[in-house]
Amino acid sequence: MDLFEHQGKEFLAGYGLPVSPGEAAFTVAEAVAAAQRLGTPVMVKAQVHTGGRGKAGGVKYAADLEAVREHATSILGLDIKGHIVQRVWIEKASDIAEEYYASFTLDRSARKHLGMLSAEGGVEIETVAETNPEAIAKIWIDPLDGLTEDACRGWVAAANLPPAAVAGAVEILLKLYTAYTEGDADLVEINPLILTPDGSVHVLDAKVTLDGNSEFRHPDYRQYDATQSRDERESAAHAKGLQYVGLDGSVGVIANGAGLAMSTVDVVNQVGGSPANFLDIGGGANADVMAGALEVINNDPAVKAIFINIFGGITRGEEIANGILEAMRRVEIDSPIVIRLDGTNAYEGAALLEPHLTDRLMMQPTMLDAARRVVELAG
Amino acid sequence: MSIFVDENTKVVYQGLTGSQGSYYGLLNRDYGTQVVAGTHPTKAGTDVDGVPIYADVAEAVQATGATASCIFIPAPGVRGAVMEAAEGGVKFIVAITEGVPAHDEVYLYNALKRDFPDVLLLGPNCPGIISPGKCNIGITAGHIAKAGGPVGIVSRSGTLTYQALYELEQADVGVTTCVGIGGDPVPGTSFIDCLRAFEDDPETLAVMMIGEIGGSAEEEAAEFIKDHMTKPVAGYIAGVTAPPGKKMGHAGAIVSGGRGTAAAKIEALTDAGVRVGQNPTEAGELMADIVAGL
Repeated sequence: MDLFEHQGKEFLAGYGLPVSPGEAAFTVAEAVAAAQRLGTPVMVKAQVHTGGRGKAGGVKYAADLEAVREHATSILGLDIKGHIVQRVWIEKASDIAEEYYASFTLDRSARKHLGMLSAEGGVEIETVAETNPEAIAKIWIDPLDGLTEDACRGWVAAANLPPAAVAGAVEILLKLYTAYTEGDADLVEINPLILTPDGSVHVLDAKVTLDGNSEFRHPDYRQYDATQSRDERESAAHAKGLQYVGLDGSVGVIANGAGLAMSTVDVVNQVGGSPANFLDIGGGANADVMAGALEVINNDPAVKAIFINIFGGITRGEEIANGILEAMRRVEIDSPIVIRLDGTNAYEGAALLEPHLTDRLMMQPTMLDAARRVVELAG
Repeated sequence: MSIFVDENTKVVYQGLTGSQGSYYGLLNRDYGTQVVAGTHPTKAGTDVDGVPIYADVAEAVQATGATASCIFIPAPGVRGAVMEAAEGGVKFIVAITEGVPAHDEVYLYNALKRDFPDVLLLGPNCPGIISPGKCNIGITAGHIAKAGGPVGIVSRSGTLTYQALYELEQADVGVTTCVGIGGDPVPGTSFIDCLRAFEDDPETLAVMMIGEIGGSAEEEAAEFIKDHMTKPVAGYIAGVTAPPGKKMGHAGAIVSGGRGTAAAKIEALTDAGVRVGQNPTEAGELMADIVAGL
C-alpha cells in the first residue's frame, strides 16, 4: 500500500529519521491555521499517490499566511495525473544546500535488497538512471547479513557525497534500512535527501510503499487502507474481499484465478473490445462470491455486457453453474451475460445452465468465442 | 521420468489438521500420493483419516522417511514452517499459502541457499506440483492431467496451469511434470530451475512455459532457453493489456516504470526460439503441434 508523503515521513520518523515539523490539512482554513502554528515560511504540498507533483503546480513555497491561503486554494482540488488533491501537507520550509537521492527496494532478479544512493537528487531517479547511470551508487544487501556500517560507509563513498554530508548520510541510511526491513516496506525512497547550509542531513520528501501482506506484524497499517487511491468500484469490490482493478471499457469481466482473469482481459482486447475491469473471484466460485462479483460489475454504469470466464479445477462445473444461477436470483442484472465454462464437469455445468439460457444469458464453448460474442453485445 | 517428485516421494503435510490442509492432503492421497504424515505442535499422536500426526517435521521424517513437505499453514507461520521443514530433513518443500510478506520470501530464499543448498522450495503462493499418475502435491485437480509425457509444464499462474493441462489432455498429449512456481515476487523455485530439470529429464521432450507481467523472470528464462535448452518450448504470457502501475491480482503481476511488460517478455522468448501463443488455447495448440512433430 502506498503512503502519502506525510504518512511516509511519520513512518520514517518512527525509526528515528530527521523530518521537518508539519501538519496535514483538508481545507484552506486548516492549512492557514497549521501554518500559523508552525510559523512561516512553509511549504504547501499536495498529498497524492503519484509523482510529478512539483511540475503540476502541487508544491509551493509560502513566505506568509496570505501565500499559504493562496496556494492551498489552488492546490486543493487540483488534478495531478488523474488524482484529485484532497489534502495538503504544510511543512516548515528548509534551507537547502544540496539535494541527494536514497532508496531501498527489493531486487527481484538478484533476490536481494537493493540500496540506491546518488549525489544528484531532487530530480526523477529514472532520468538520472538514463542520462548518467554512474551517478547512482548501488548496493545489494543479503537479508541474512543486513546493512553493516562498513558496507554503508563504502556505499556512501562510492556515491561521492561531499565530506560534510558523509556522517549524517551514513546515520540516516542505516536507520532507513531498519525502517525498510522492520517495517516490511516494498519501497522507501527519500528524494531529495538534503544537506542544509548548517551541515545537517535531512529528509525532505518521502515515498513509502508498505507490503499489505505484513499486516499481521503491523496491525497499525490498517489505518492506511482508508487512504489508498481507489475508485468507487474498486472500493466496493475491496469491501467484498474481491481482487478487482477498474479499467475504462464496457465489458465486465469475471474470472477465477489471477492468471485467467488477466488472460480474459487480454482476449477481450484482442478481439476488439475493451474491458471495464479485472476481477478475480479466486478458487471455488460459490454463490456468495459470484453474487458479490456480479453486484460490483452490475453497479458499474459503463458495463454493457458481462463475460464470466471460469475454468473448473477442483471446483466442479455444476457447483459453478449453481453459483451463477443462485447469484442471478439474488441480483437483478442489467447487462447480457456470456459464460464460458470449461474444465472439470463442464458438461454437467452446462446442462444445469441450459434451461435458463436466453438472449440475456448465453454460453459459448471457448474463451475466444465467448470474447467475440460479449464484445459484439457490448457494441 | 518426472522432475522433483515421483511415485517414491513421501510427503509430510504441515497444517494437515486444518480445513485446507486436510481437504487437499486427503485429495492428494486419493490421487495416489504417498501422504505419510502431518504435523501439529500439540496434536502429536492423533491422526487425520489414518494419517499420523507428529509434533514437527524432524519427528515425522524420523518415523516415516518423508522426503518432501507441503505447507498449508497461514501466512504468519510460513517462514518458520519452511525452516522447520529444511531443518527436519526434507529436500523438497511446497508452500501453498498465499499472502506471505516479500521480506519473508527473500529471507527464505537466501537462508535456504546458504544453509540448505540441496533443499528446493516451491512457492509460496503456488498451486503445487504434479507428476501425473505418480504424485500430486498441492491444489491441482489431478484428473485433468494426462500421464506419460512428453511435455513438461512450468507456470506462474494457477488457473492458467489447469487450462494448459486441460488443453493438452484434450489433444491427447501427456505431461511428465507440471510445476506451478507461483506469482509472488521472490519464488523459491524459478522458471530456470524447472527448465534445467526438464532439459535433463530424458522423458520430457518439450516444455510449455506460462508467464505473466511483472519482474524479469521470463526474460531470464528466455536467456537460459537460448543458451542451454535443446528441447522445444511453447509459451504464453498473460497481461498483455494490463495498465502500468496496477497490480493484477498476483503480488508480482505489475508493470512498473516500463519494466515487466508482456511485450518485452514475448519478444525475449520469441528471440530465444520459443513459440508464443496469443492466448492459452493457441499456446496449447502450438504445444500439441510441436509434440506431433517430435
